[in-house]
Amino acid sequence: MEARILDEFRAIVGAPGLITEREQLSTYECDGLTIFRVLPLAVLLPTSTAEVQGIVRVCHREKIPFVARGSGTGLSGGALPAANGIVISLTRMNRILEVDLPNQRVVVEPGVMNLNVTARVAPDGYFYAPDPSSQQVCSIGGNVAENSGGAHCLKYGFTTTHVVGMEVVLPDGSLVHLGGKAVDRPGYDLSGVFVGSEGTLGIATKVILRIMKKPEVIQVLLAAFNSTNEAGAAVSGIIAAGMLPAAIEMMDNLAIQAAEAAVHANYPDCGGLLLVELDGPAPEVETLMEEVADVCTRCGAWEIRVAQSDAERARVWMGRKAAFAAVGRISPAYIVQDGVIPRTALPYVMSEIVRLSSEVGLRVANVFHAGDGNLHPLVLYDDAVPGQDKLAETLAGDILRLCITAGGSITGEHGVGEEKKKFMSEMFAEPDLETMQLVRCAFDPENLSNPDKIFPRPRLCGEKPGIYEPHPLEIAGVAQRF
Amino acid sequence: MPAVMTRVSWSELAEIVGKEHLRAATAEDAFDDITPQMVAEPDTAEDLARCLRWARGAGVKVAPRGGGTKLGWGNPPAACDLLLSTTRLHRVLEYAWADLTVIVEAGCRVADLQKTLAEHGQALALDPLWPERATIGGILSTNDSGTLRIRYGSLRDLIIGITVALPDGTLAKSGGKVVKNVAGYDLAKLFTGALGTLGVIVQAIFRLHPLPRERRSLSFGGTPASLNQLLLEFLASKSTPTGLQLRAAPGGAQLDVRFDGTAAGIQAQIDQVQQLAAPSLVPSPAPDDVWLSHQAIWEGAVPALVAKFSVLPAHFAAVCALIERAAAAQSLAWRVVAQSVGAGYVRLEGSEQALRTGLLALRDELAKTGDTKLGGTIVALGCPVAVKRGLDVWGPPSDAQPLMVRIKQRFDPDGTLNPGRFLGGI
Repeated sequence: MEARILDEFRAIVGAPGLITEREQLSTYECDGLTIFRVLPLAVLLPTSTAEVQGIVRVCHREKIPFVARGSGTGLSGGALPAANGIVISLTRMNRILEVDLPNQRVVVEPGVMNLNVTARVAPDGYFYAPDPSSQQVCSIGGNVAENSGGAHCLKYGFTTTHVVGMEVVLPDGSLVHLGGKAVDRPGYDLSGVFVGSEGTLGIATKVILRIMKKPEVIQVLLAAFNSTNEAGAAVSGIIAAGMLPAAIEMMDNLAIQAAEAAVHANYPDCGGLLLVELDGPAPEVETLMEEVADVCTRCGAWEIRVAQSDAERARVWMGRKAAFAAVGRISPAYIVQDGVIPRTALPYVMSEIVRLSSEVGLRVANVFHAGDGNLHPLVLYDDAVPGQDKLAETLAGDILRLCITAGGSITGEHGVGEEKKKFMSEMFAEPDLETMQLVRCAFDPENLSNPDKIFPRPRLCGEKPGIYEPHPLEIAGVAQRF
Repeated sequence: MPAVMTRVSWSELAEIVGKEHLRAATAEDAFDDITPQMVAEPDTAEDLARCLRWARGAGVKVAPRGGGTKLGWGNPPAACDLLLSTTRLHRVLEYAWADLTVIVEAGCRVADLQKTLAEHGQALALDPLWPERATIGGILSTNDSGTLRIRYGSLRDLIIGITVALPDGTLAKSGGKVVKNVAGYDLAKLFTGALGTLGVIVQAIFRLHPLPRERRSLSFGGTPASLNQLLLEFLASKSTPTGLQLRAAPGGAQLDVRFDGTAAGIQAQIDQVQQLAAPSLVPSPAPDDVWLSHQAIWEGAVPALVAKFSVLPAHFAAVCALIERAAAAQSLAWRVVAQSVGAGYVRLEGSEQALRTGLLALRDELAKTGDTKLGGTIVALGCPVAVKRGLDVWGPPSDAQPLMVRIKQRFDPDGTLNPGRFLGGI
């Protein structure tokens, strides 16, 4: 990178806010998905909106691509740096700016950790609902980019449900306010468009969150079944009975073994384990918990436990939330997938996963947000065996295709990022992707903000809609215009 | 007829939709004192997209129409030659009750959809205005939610997939039929509340909820100030109401609260809120129709103006005081119904001049960031067209307006759809 540009960056963020040493840069070369690595030219650590604006203005003027980064816990390569670009790390913008309990709003900077929001309001009986498994370390800015979910989004919704407004630095450096503290601000719901756009539309520098009152009672039921099919039938039974639990999670035997090895959650050794969490008024939870237990028994559960105390509940959840990392105890390497299927397709999809995995001779551990059909198959392999990584990647891809065929999605909460963009054309038709590009072109006509993520091919935006000037890349047949 | 329109070859449009489904507009099709020339009723999403592409090519300005219940919302259009009706796109395409999802065409009436869903004890957890006539596309385009929002969210939280027709004839999808899905941009949110200015919604996919087992409501009487305080206490309690609304008019106010669930769960929550209110405020059982107050406020003496305001729930009493003052200054009759999420309707009745002056006074006061710090917005939805002329019914644009204009230009570069009806002249 040219010295004059680095000088300009240094003038904006100060010397401690600019990283250019190769060893330090390597911290930022990947996110939680480590198979993709690109070394950025520089990493900038701004401490204010004005600094973010300053950096982005320079990038816009010099046509330098930038990638915003929170804690780097993403699992789809969304924070993978762009070649010849910079990374803007928001970790130093980590202040909780305002807590408004009567109106149930918290205003934060993007670097605030997810769990710190709940920690701040918990003494007053409130919580921030989206709870990705990485909530101890992941940032709100990253949650906004990915529209993060978590186990409890079955009842409470996703990040997008709980973000009511944002301050955003657009890719040309201008500052806009989308949404606001009050609901339904007139105009297009651009806050709704921005959440989940994986950093491709700009950088959120303030986020207005909705917090909720903690329920009176929370109970978790744990039920052991011989198979995931039996457990799946119980899930359908619970839904058919007109109940909406706070969470329904399922694990298969391999995932249970891994969780036991890692955190000793004291799970029963079974073919399909179901965790059902109910919350609400005490008499209601009591009644419904009995109904849930009845449904589970009818569907073949041979052991049912209800975690009553907070400590018991925390331990039950610890096993589930540690499941990904725990798989490291039973396999040298693994790929996490994030497909979604209509709940009723579960038996079919499970039997297909078994067939596919036995065909290639690799094990697949399954952890599901069963209530909303979000599968997290973990494809286990040994990276010391030549070629097994490719086999695992192919198997993981085939499982995603299976989800598409079943009427589902290639990602429920991890994002498309770098990893799954090649599957976008299988899930969406060309006109769908072209139409999404209209949004990107309105926000980022120069394709500078986290470029080349989500979408399978590079795109160009006409500078002014309606006036056609062919771009050299177009003439060369490399890119298409929208 | 303007000279440019004489060149329009409507027979081309008739070939797309079929002669019997293209007719001359009548006085009944007029809105905002504009009478379009023609009404087209395509039978499929593909034909609707072809109509749009034809209209764009022919320079014909289009207003999409569902049930027509809210056609008067927004600024008067700069032009409207063709009403593009979704009446014949009324099918429920796929109801996967075991997955709690439904795929429905945009022209399906809300009540018709709910009837289908009720067969399996389910519902789209939403109570918009005039469900017997309003269509799915219409409530989406106007972002019309009702009293259930406190518990189930608004349309943006219930829609999981969308298909839209764009002015260039593209049919595009986003989302899908699974509740949890982050693949690609969320066009459903972009189109929800866009008032048909970006494209025409032809299909939507929703997540559904089970119908409640039991339901009970209470009403408390008092002043706006005492009831606003009680509303905040309810919000801060462990109770989980499925409805919480404040009604106010000269002479008094009521706070309505509704609980769904098991009988024992409801009773426990009712005991809890009664304790919070005691001893000063004693409730009475609320009749079911209090939950239609957001609809009833559209009826009354004319001329009248119904506006939607958005504020923080702690500010309801202050808003009522503002309204009372503005109404007194202009000799207007007024009443308010507000949902605890912070959205409400105010109805003002009086002369057209007084309505306009009253609205502008309210808008200024709401936007103030001085001592009151309300930071709210107010949008005039229903009012005589004479009141709308010369003002933007949506209020002043924000710093995101240039971005919104760029979005409009990308989706509808020739301004074919609803020109001028949206915020800031979009």
